[in-house]
Amino acid sequence: MNIFVCIKQVPDAKDVRLDPKTNTLARDGVQSIINPYDRHALEEAVRLKEKFSGTVTVVSMGPPQAEEILREAVSCGADEAVLVSDRAFAGADTLATTYTLAQAIVKCGKPDLVLCGKQAIDGDTAQVGPGLAERLDMAYVTCVRRINDLVDDTLHLERMMDDGYDVLEVKLPALMTVVKEINQPRLPSLKGKMKAKKMAVTVLSAADIGADIKQLGLAGSPTQVVRVFSPEFKGERTMITGTVSEQATQLAEILVEPA
Amino acid sequence: MLQIDKEACIGCGVCEENCAFDAIHVVDGVAEVNDNCTLCGSCVEDCEVEALHIDKAEQDETADLSAWSGVWVYAEYRHGRIAPVAFELLGVGRKLADQRQVKLSAVLLGHDFTDEAEQLIAGGADKVYVADEPGLEYFTDDAYGNVLIDLINEHKPEIVLAGATAIGRSFIPRVATSLKTGLTADCTQLAIDPEGGNLLQTRPAWGGNIMATIVCPNYRPQMSTVRPLVMKPLEADSSRKGEIIPVKSAPERIDSRVKVVRSVIEESDQVNLTEADVVVAGGRGLENAEGFALINELAELLDAGVAASRAAVDSGWIPYPHQVGQTGKTVCPKVYICCGISGAIQHLVGMQSSEVIIAINRDPDAPIFSVATYGVVGDLFEILPELIARLRVHSKIN
Ligand SMILES: Cc1cc2nc3c(=O)[nH]c(=O)nc-3n(C[C@H](O)[C@H](O)[C@H](O)COP(=O)(O)OP(=O)(O)OC[C@H]3O[C@@H](n4cnc5c(N)ncnc54)[C@H](O)[C@@H]3O)c2cc1C
Ligand SMILES: Nc1ncnc2c1ncn2[C@@H]1O[C@H](COP(=O)(O)O)[C@@H](O)[C@H]1O
Repeated sequence: MNIFVCIKQVPDAKDVRLDPKTNTLARDGVQSIINPYDRHALEEAVRLKEKFSGTVTVVSMGPPQAEEILREAVSCGADEAVLVSDRAFAGADTLATTYTLAQAIVKCGKPDLVLCGKQAIDGDTAQVGPGLAERLDMAYVTCVRRINDLVDDTLHLERMMDDGYDVLEVKLPALMTVVKEINQPRLPSLKGKMKAKKMAVTVLSAADIGADIKQLGLAGSPTQVVRVFSPEFKGERTMITGTVSEQATQLAEILVEPA
Repeated sequence: MLQIDKEACIGCGVCEENCAFDAIHVVDGVAEVNDNCTLCGSCVEDCEVEALHIDKAEQDETADLSAWSGVWVYAEYRHGRIAPVAFELLGVGRKLADQRQVKLSAVLLGHDFTDEAEQLIAGGADKVYVADEPGLEYFTDDAYGNVLIDLINEHKPEIVLAGATAIGRSFIPRVATSLKTGLTADCTQLAIDPEGGNLLQTRPAWGGNIMATIVCPNYRPQMSTVRPLVMKPLEADSSRKGEIIPVKSAPERIDSRVKVVRSVIEESDQVNLTEADVVVAGGRGLENAEGFALINELAELLDAGVAASRAAVDSGWIPYPHQVGQTGKTVCPKVYICCGISGAIQHLVGMQSSEVIIAINRDPDAPIFSVATYGVVGDLFEILPELIARLRVHSKIN
C-alpha cells in the first residue's frame, strides 16, 4: 500500500500571543513542532504499513526549516520524506495549499491512501484534507476516530459527528483526516533516529511539481487577510462586595431574578 | 513576492520590528526579505516611506462578479431535525441580504421532510431549495457536495454560509475547492464592507489568541463556515412568505463513494449544555472531583447545565463533553456562572456571548473579570455553600 501523510510545521500555539501595543504576533521563544493531529495521522499510517505492508511517505509544504519535522517523522516510522518548498508558495491559503500538495503527491507516485490531521493548530481551518481529496479526485472521510478493518481494498471505519458517530466503508484509493482519539503516537525509535539522520529529504520546487504559477501562493489564494487583532471584550461589570454572607445574598437575588 | 524599493527604504527597521514571522531584516541599511514571508502585508501598511509593495495584480480580476447575487444558507438537517445553527445563519444571513438588497435562500438536503421548509421561511428565508431523495437520507460528502455544487453553479449566489459543524466543516471545503473559490473556516463575525460590498469574515486563529478578518474579493461565491451559537436567530414568524423550490438531481450526482453502514446518536445523560438557559461552570479552583459536587449541587437547584474548563477536564474531574471553549463546546446561555476559572482566552471564546456572566474567583486580577457582568472576589468554598443555602430557602418558600 502506498500511503502519503501530510504533515505541517506549526508554532506551538499555546505560546503565541498578540502584543497588544504593536498588534503583532509575539513569537519569542516559540517552538516549532509537528502539528499535533498530524502525529496521529502518521502513527495510523505506520500501523497500517506494519499490518498490511507498504510504504509511508511524509509530505510537507513549507519553508526549508520544515525539513526538521520530516526527519522527526522518519524517526517515528515514515520511509520517505518530501519537502515541497519554494518562495512562490508564500501566502498560500487552503485552496493554493491543496493545489500544491496534490501536484506534489501525484509527482511522487500513485497514492492508495492519503492521511491528514483533522486540522492544523495555527490556522484551525480543517479545510486542507477535504480540499486535497477533491484535487486528487478521491473519496474522503473526515474526523476518523477508528479504523476497524481493511478487507479487499475496503476500509471499515468510524467518523466522529457532533451528536455521535457514523460507521462507514470506503474503497481505496481514499483520503482521511484523523482526530486524536484514533491512537497514541509512538516515540522515535533509536533505529528510526539513525535513519532520519542519514536519509536524504527530497525537495521539490514549483517547477519540479509542474505547477501552474497562477495557482500558487498569494496569486492562487482567493482569500486575503485584511486585519489581525486581539480579541476584545465588553467588560462592563459590577463587583459584588461585602462579607461572604452579603455576597451570597446578592448573588441569590440576581439568580432568582436575573437582571 | 514582497517588493522592496531599495531607493525609498530608509532602513528604519519598523518592518523588522513588527514582522510576525521574522521574515524581514534590515541589512546594511536596507530591508531584505527571507523565505519566512507569508505575504501577510502588515509591513506594507507599516512602512511610512512606502518602500514595500506586494504585487497582487497577478490575481485574476477579470471575472464578472456581477452575475453573482443573493445570500445562501446551508440548512443542516440530521436525524429528523434542522440543526439550530441553520436558524442562526438565517438570522445573520437576513442582515447581510438586506444590506446587499438581495434575497436570502436556504438549501435543505435530506429525505422525508414534513414542514422543515416552512420552518426555514418562518426563520427568515425568502426561498428554500429542497432536495428530498432517498440517497440523501444520510450525510455523505459526495452526494451533499454534488447537489450543493450543482445548485450554486446554476443560481450563482454571492455568499454561501454553512454551520461550522462536523458536517459543514467536512463537505463545504470540497464544495469550495470544486468551485475554485475561497472559504473561511469557523467565523464568529460576519459583516458587509460598506465600501466594496465584500463580506468581511472574522474568525479566531492560533488557538483563539488572535482574531483575523478575511475577504474574498475576486472570486464568487464568498463562502464561510460559521461557529454555532454565536449568531442570533430571528424570532420565528409563521406569517412570513417564501417560495419552496423542489430540486431534482441526476442519480449519479447522489451516488457516494463512501457507504454509510449506520449513523449512531450517542445519548448523553447530562442536560444538553448548548441548550441550557443557565450553565454552572467549574475550573481548577475546585481543587478536586469532590469540589465539583458543589457545582453539581448548584446546577441542580438552578436546573442548569454543568460545564468545565479544560484544566478541570484534563484533571479528570468531569468528562470531556462538558468542556467549554476553543477545543470544547460553545455555549450562549442566559446566565453563565463560572467558579474557580481564570478566564484564559481559550475558555472565553466558548462562553463570552452569554447574556449574564457571573464570575467567582479569589484572585481580583483574574482575566475572567474582564468579561463578567457580576464579579465576586472571594473563596468559592465559602461563597457557594452560602449561596446554595439561600437558594434552597427560596425554593422552599415558592
Ligand atoms: C490550543 C488550546 C486550546 C484550549 N482549549 C481550551 C478549551 O476549550 N477550554 C478551556 O477551558 N481551556 C482551553 N485551553 C486551556 C486554557 O488555556 C487554560 O489553561 C484553562 O482554561 C485554564 O482552566 P482554569 O481556569 O480552570 O484553571 P486555572 O487557569 O488554573 O485557573 C484557576 C482559577 O481558580 C481560582 N481559584 C483557585 N482556588 C479558588 C477558590 N478557592 N475560590 C475561588 N477561586 C479560586 C484561581 O484564582 C484561578 O484564577 C486551551 C489551551 C490551548 C493551548
Ligand atoms: N503546508 C502543509 N503541508 C503539509 N500538510 C498540510 C499543510 N497544511 C495543512 N496540511 C494538512 O492538512 C491538515 C489540515 O490543515 P488545515 O486545513 O490547515 O487546518 C493538517 O493536519 C495537515 O495534515
